[in-house]
Parts: sequence; structure tokens; C-alpha cells
Amino acid sequence: MTVTTSGTLPDEVYDVAVIGAGVVGTAIARELTRYRLRIALVEASDDVGDGTSKANTAILHTGFDAVPGSLESRLVREGQRRLAEYASRTGIPVEPLGALLVAWDEEQLAALPRLAEKAERNEYHATRIIGADELYSREPHLGPGALGALEVPGESIICPWTTTLAYATQAVRAGADLHLNCRVESVAGALGDETPHELTTGRGVLRTHALINAAGLYSDEIDRLLGRTDFTVTPRRGQLMVFDKFARDLVRHILLPVPTALGKGVLVAPTVYGNVMLGPTAEDLDDKAATGSTAEGLDFLREKGGRIMPELLDEEVTAVYAGLRAATEDDDYRIRSHPGRRYITVGGIRSTGLTASMAIAAHVVELLADSGRDLGAARELEPLRMPNIGEASPRPYERADLIAADPEYGRIVCHCERVSRGEIRDALASTVPPRSPEGLRRRTRARGGRCQGFYCGATVRALLAPEAPDTFSTSGTSGGGEPSLRPEVGP
Amino acid sequence: MSATADRDAVSSVPGPGRRRRSVDVLVVGAGPAGLAAAERLAASGAGTVEVVDREEEAGGVPRHCFHTGFGVRDLHRPMSGPAYARHWRDLATGAGATLRTGVSVTGWAGHHGREDSPGGPGPLTVETTGPEGLESLSAGAVVLATGARERPRGARLVPGTRPAGVFTTGELQQAVHLHHQRIGVRAVVIGAEPVSYSAARTLRSAGVEIAAMVTEQPHHQSSWASGLGSRLRHRVPLLTGTTVTELLGRGRLTGVALRHDDGRTTTVGCDTVVFTGDWIPDHELARRGGIALDRGTRGPAVDTAFRTAAPGVFAVGNLLHAIEPAGTAAREGRLVAGPVLRYLTDGAWPGGQVPVEVDAPLRWVAPNRIDPRGPRPPLGRFTLRTARSADRLSFLVVSQDGRVLHRARLRRGAVPNRPLYASADWIDRADPGGGPVVISAG
Repeated sequence: MTVTTSGTLPDEVYDVAVIGAGVVGTAIARELTRYRLRIALVEASDDVGDGTSKANTAILHTGFDAVPGSLESRLVREGQRRLAEYASRTGIPVEPLGALLVAWDEEQLAALPRLAEKAERNEYHATRIIGADELYSREPHLGPGALGALEVPGESIICPWTTTLAYATQAVRAGADLHLNCRVESVAGALGDETPHELTTGRGVLRTHALINAAGLYSDEIDRLLGRTDFTVTPRRGQLMVFDKFARDLVRHILLPVPTALGKGVLVAPTVYGNVMLGPTAEDLDDKAATGSTAEGLDFLREKGGRIMPELLDEEVTAVYAGLRAATEDDDYRIRSHPGRRYITVGGIRSTGLTASMAIAAHVVELLADSGRDLGAARELEPLRMPNIGEASPRPYERADLIAADPEYGRIVCHCERVSRGEIRDALASTVPPRSPEGLRRRTRARGGRCQGFYCGATVRALLAPEAPDTFSTSGTSGGGEPSLRPEVGP
Repeated sequence: MSATADRDAVSSVPGPGRRRRSVDVLVVGAGPAGLAAAERLAASGAGTVEVVDREEEAGGVPRHCFHTGFGVRDLHRPMSGPAYARHWRDLATGAGATLRTGVSVTGWAGHHGREDSPGGPGPLTVETTGPEGLESLSAGAVVLATGARERPRGARLVPGTRPAGVFTTGELQQAVHLHHQRIGVRAVVIGAEPVSYSAARTLRSAGVEIAAMVTEQPHHQSSWASGLGSRLRHRVPLLTGTTVTELLGRGRLTGVALRHDDGRTTTVGCDTVVFTGDWIPDHELARRGGIALDRGTRGPAVDTAFRTAAPGVFAVGNLLHAIEPAGTAAREGRLVAGPVLRYLTDGAWPGGQVPVEVDAPLRWVAPNRIDPRGPRPPLGRFTLRTARSADRLSFLVVSQDGRVLHRARLRRGAVPNRPLYASADWIDRADPGGGPVVISAG
């Protein structure tokens, strides 16, 4: 089991290197470790799933509204089946809530039959159009003015963080090398013969026989390093608001917008952590690092949210974040094999990438085998059970058996999200451990709740990096500052 | 059945391995309010009194307020926050109350905290988690003293990136005083109320330069000494009428963008920003029990005897009014003992009380339910907050159904984020069968 974060890279020629440890790259690495291959997974960030994969709408799609006949349509449909099955086996939180596409005007209402028919062409047969009465009886807190809805019962919510982490954990345990903090700067070699690709990274050279580009937002740039200019990634920013857990009882389904000529609206959906999400915006940008939220974006979301579910806005906002989807000029995934160069590009994987990830991985392995590479027989991977961070099944703080066996699971550190010291300890000792408070949050939910660290932030940081008292700090017993005889309003 | 329904069903039946236990009075939260309540209840023969706190150490927020000034009004000697916390902890345990720390109350059993039992509703029961396991803890009366927290950046909808270096005062104080963590080099403090100056002191003690203090208000809202000392002695610029519009930086904060009321914008370079004040009651347990909140305070609605809408459940401290000084919270803790003892004796709970509400620019009033024939609030006054100080408020009017009950001049005006009081002399003039009493200011 090898995860490296610094220093030079191993002096060996890997069979396959995957660039990008997002949900797609980790899924591919995991699938490849089923064969007798030396696999390297190379990631620019200090953690897996730290780009587009961490900031999405966390929905396990049926693919009912994909472009019929497209590669995306097929891989989403197949990926949904694979991931739903994998999630239940692996302990990835999933809640099969079903979706309602709510029509707010006549144009949207008129679009519902076409969407139902499109779902049929995508081999999804369970949709049903419901009237306003049924809609309001099923979603009593919906704002006034909804005319009807298309029900898509197969849509689920899922934990995107555990999914990526599970793939990465299984890949590493099965022998893949995960190299973090390892940005690919240039690629040389591999012009037809058996010369390996030579990747120059921020941590030195990595050599590999075959190369898979799963670099997400940067997949076009990696392509260009290999002389290909097939597509360009235009980052599409999605800002999202996460509402307090008290909003959870307001909403029962995933409430999707009806896409019309005027663009896609925003969705309101529960999260597996017991919150409610509102978003995303859709802003085409040039900057692949522009993951900030904006006043305009938040105003837009509040206005939309106030229409869909007015009571939502009475609740506190727990967090605001923005993610970038890897949109391209094409309306489909850009998965291309270049057998002569032993190179596969996995580009243009948009918001459906989480759902399709396992099918994309299987597809890529097929392409690799088709390119003449003898992969040998596939083996079954060692089963994996991930720590549960979802609300649908008991968490450690609710389990007398766990606490009796190990009282650390009864010592809650993060009170808003009820994360125990035992879970934080486990995450720090895990196969792919966190390197930052944010990484720890994605593994445990610690510090991710309504107080955002008011109570637990300092303790969580201390658990993450137990360090000697810093010279910046003065003594903790006498305290600093001038005395004041006035009663203080704390803290 | 949805997953949510599953969860509710599970929580209404004691799960496997959940121990059952009973006490006479359960106090939730071991800050000054909860500890003072436990002390007085234990000392006055309320039976078994247990106070639980989810933190490892009792004391609440004063635990990490290392500046002095605590205890001046109530104990008549200045002490630090931790010393003040220890004082109340020792009094409570000395009086015979059981103190259990590291124990979280995770919810209520049954409907509104009362389990069904043959012949009617059972006792109030909460569920707890601690290193010793899970419990169903029943009590004759429950006192909620769960305090308040500062709104973090996300809840304030401040746009921008999500870099490291973003704090609330509570997190900052714990990082500096309890964990001796490195904070940063240069900070901007958002807010200019008393807690903001506490944050500034903590930053200075950690060797952090303060680039500016920023408030949307036209003046700072602390004592003149605090404000002047900060500006002159420590040369901290106070930017009034100024809003933070964006956080900048990837990985680590590099600056904050600001906008002044007159439209000017600027960026202040800093690696640390502290969002201070903007308190919200920690009402989670109250809400989970279906206990009605007051629209203004966002804490449980309570009458002048700290009684919530749920029979047997009392609430004290900054859960009711975010926030007042620690001494006020402790005073309420002491004062709740009488009503709790009476309830344990007669089981009576008032109904049909008259709500007390406020009009803008007033934000809230506490307590916020009255019985015109009932007791007056502590110190014979209501506590209020105002939203703005731009137009000087000079009087308060208390009315019910258009009838003026009381009118008072505000000699010192009203400042946001600072206590404002209204006399309770009028409550016996209110109509028990009338509409809400409204307090307005002009």
C-alpha cells in the first residue's frame, strides 16, 4: 500500500499511469488493479477527490434526461446500476428518494411529456406525470404556483466524498501507487514503439507504458501536452448553498428543475448528511481555479430557492461552495483511445461523472484491452467497508455496541455533525489519510456543521496535527491582553 | 418508508444497549447559567440534580475567555473566564449536583420528549451519548442552558473562496488559549462590539497584527475605553459603515474586499479574518423537542419564570438572548430554581400567555411571554436589542391592541449589539385575553 505526498517518484516503468484522482481517475485506477498491472495514480492536489468531484450536486442519476444514443447516456445508465450495487456493498451512503421535476409554468408543464418520452428512449421506463394535487400532498412545503411534475423514482442522493475515497482506498490496497502533490508539467516519449511515456511532474519524472488522462478540468491541457487539440474545457461554475439540518424535514424528494429553452433552473435536494442543498448556478468561465462564490450567484440562488420552497430561506445557511464542471464544446463525453500512443483521454466528463464513474472505468479498461494490451484475467478485489457518514443508517455515536467496544466512539468532538474522536482517529490512520482539515471533513464530516468550527475547530485541528506549542502564542494560562474591569460579553 | 421516517421510528424506542436512568432535575449545558441553576437546585432540595455538558470541561464559553472582567457584577471581584467557570463548577458540585462532561444530549425520546406510558405521558426523557455508552435519561424537569454561538462566515453569506485562516471568536480563543496553535500574521476583525475587542486582544496575545476592525454600523459598539484604547494604543483602524464583500485567496486567505457605505471599495491584505458577534442561540435541542421558538430571539419562547411552551422544560442563559454577559446568565440560572421547585411540587404549567413582540428597528425582546397576573421578569425589566443606531432612538412604547401600556424615554439612546432594557412596570395593565403586547421604539 503506497501513498506518497513528497519526494521523488519510484524509478520504475509503470504499466499504466492515470492522471487525476477525482471520482473518474480513482474509479479507473480501481478497475485496473483487478489485473496484474503496476498502476500509478498521479494527482496534483494533496488529496483525492479535491476538484470537481468534491463540489457537485451529489446525485446518483438514472440518466433519464441524457442525450439518447450518446456515450454519456449508456455509461450513466450502466454506471448507476454498478454504483448503486457497489455503494450498498461498500457502505457508501445512498438514499433512494426519487426525483420530481416540478413545472412552474405552462411551458414547463408542456415539456413534461417530452421528457417522459426522452426517458423512454434512454431506457428508463418508470417516469410518471403527476398533477398539482398529488405534487403538493407529496411535497407540502413547495412554494405556491406549481402546476405538476414528472416523477423519476429511480433518482438517489449519494455521498460523493465516500465514493471517491472508496475507489482510491481499494486501488491502493490492491497495489496501485497514489502520488499526491504531483502535478504533471510535460509528457515526452511513446511515439509508437515500446519507449515509455515520460511524465515530468513537480516531483520529478514518472515513466509509464500506457497513459490515461482523467484530469477533469485540465484534461484538455494534458491532451495538448501529447499534441492533441480535440476539445477545450470551459469551466462551468456551479454555486451551491447548503441549508441547516432543520430544513431537512421540509423536502422529501430531489426537486429538479424542468429544462427549457431559457436554460436549466436550480434544484433543491436533501443531502445524505441530513442537510438541504440549493443550486447550482451555471456560469461559463475562463479561470479553472475560480471556485469562489459571488454575491450575484447567492442572490440568484436565494431568489430561486424562495420560489421553490419559501420556508427554506428561514433556515440558517451552513455552507456555501462552488464547483467547476468540465464542460466542452461537445454534448457528450470525450473518451478517445489513441492505441498507437498507448494513450486514452477521458475528457468532458460533466456533472454525471459521479454516477457514470464505474462504467467509465470499465469502458476505459475495454479500450485498453482493445488497443492490444494483454491484461490477463481479472481478479476480485478484497471487499471494502467504508465508515458510514450518512444519516440513513446508524452513525457511531448512536451505536452502543461500538461504544462498548471502544469508548472513543462515544466521545463526540464535532457536536453539530456528531463526529466522534474514534472516527477522526480512524480517518487519520486510514489507507488514504487526510492532510488538511478539509480532507478530514470529507472523510468524517468533522467541522462541517452549522457552527463551522466555533466549538470544535481548534480541537479538530489539534487532532489532525498535534504540534508543539507555537512560538507565536503566549502562555495559555495567564492569557494576553490588557486587564479590563468591565464585565465582558463573552467569549 | 423513507430513510427519515426510519430514523424517527428508531429514536422513539430505546435502542439496544441504551441504559435507562432517572433524575429529579436535568440541566443541559454546564456554562454559567446551567451550573448556577444546578447549584441552586441542589442546594434547595430539588433531589437528584444532574448537569450534563458535551464538552470535556465544564464552564461554557468563559472556559476560553482568558481576559479578565468576569464576576465583577455578580461576585464583586474581577476574574478570568476560566476562573469564573471553575467558580460555578465548584459551587454546583459542592452543593451536591452531579456534573457529567463529555456527554452529548442527542435528542428527545418519544413525542415532544415524553415517552408514552400506560395512563398518560411519561416523564421527560432525553437520549445521551458519552464514552460510557448510550442512555435514556428521564427527569421530572429539564432546564435547557445550551448557550449561543457566533454566526460563521457561511451563514453570513459572505462570498469568495474558502481558504484557511477564517475564524469565529470562539474558535480563535480556543485555538490560542487552549491549544496554543499558530494563527497567522495579519488579521482583519469583522465586528466592533465587545466580543470583537476580545478577539482583537486574543489576536495580539498570539502575536497577530490587526490590520483593521470593520463594522457596518456608524460607530463601534463597545465601551469608549475599549474603542479608544484599541485605536490609539494599538493603532488599529476602525472602519465604520463598511461591509466585507469577498474573501480572497486559495489555500490560505490573502485578503478581504470591503465596501464602504459611500460606495468606495478596497482590499485589505491579511491571512486571518475573525467573524465576531452576530450571535444565534444554540436551540437545536429545544427545536428537536418541538418547543416553540420566539421569532425575534430564535431561542425558546419563555415567560417571566423561564417556562417554555413545553410543560416541565425551562430555559435560561444565552439560549434565550444571544447574548448577555455571563453574570446575567448565572443570575437566570439561580432564579430558575424557584419555578422549577414549584413545578416539581404542583406540576402546574401556565397556558394562554400573552406574547411580547417588537417592531423594527428593535430585533428582539426577552422574556417574550407574560401572564399579566404573574411574576415580573428578573430585575423587573425586559432585555431588548436594536438593529441600528443611525437614527438615535429616544423612546420606547409598549402597547397592546392599540392601547398604550407604557412609555419610556431612552436617556442614553440605543446601540446595536448592546443591551437595552425596558421596565416591566406595565405587565399588570396588560389584558390577559388580549392580543400580543408590542414594544416599539422611535
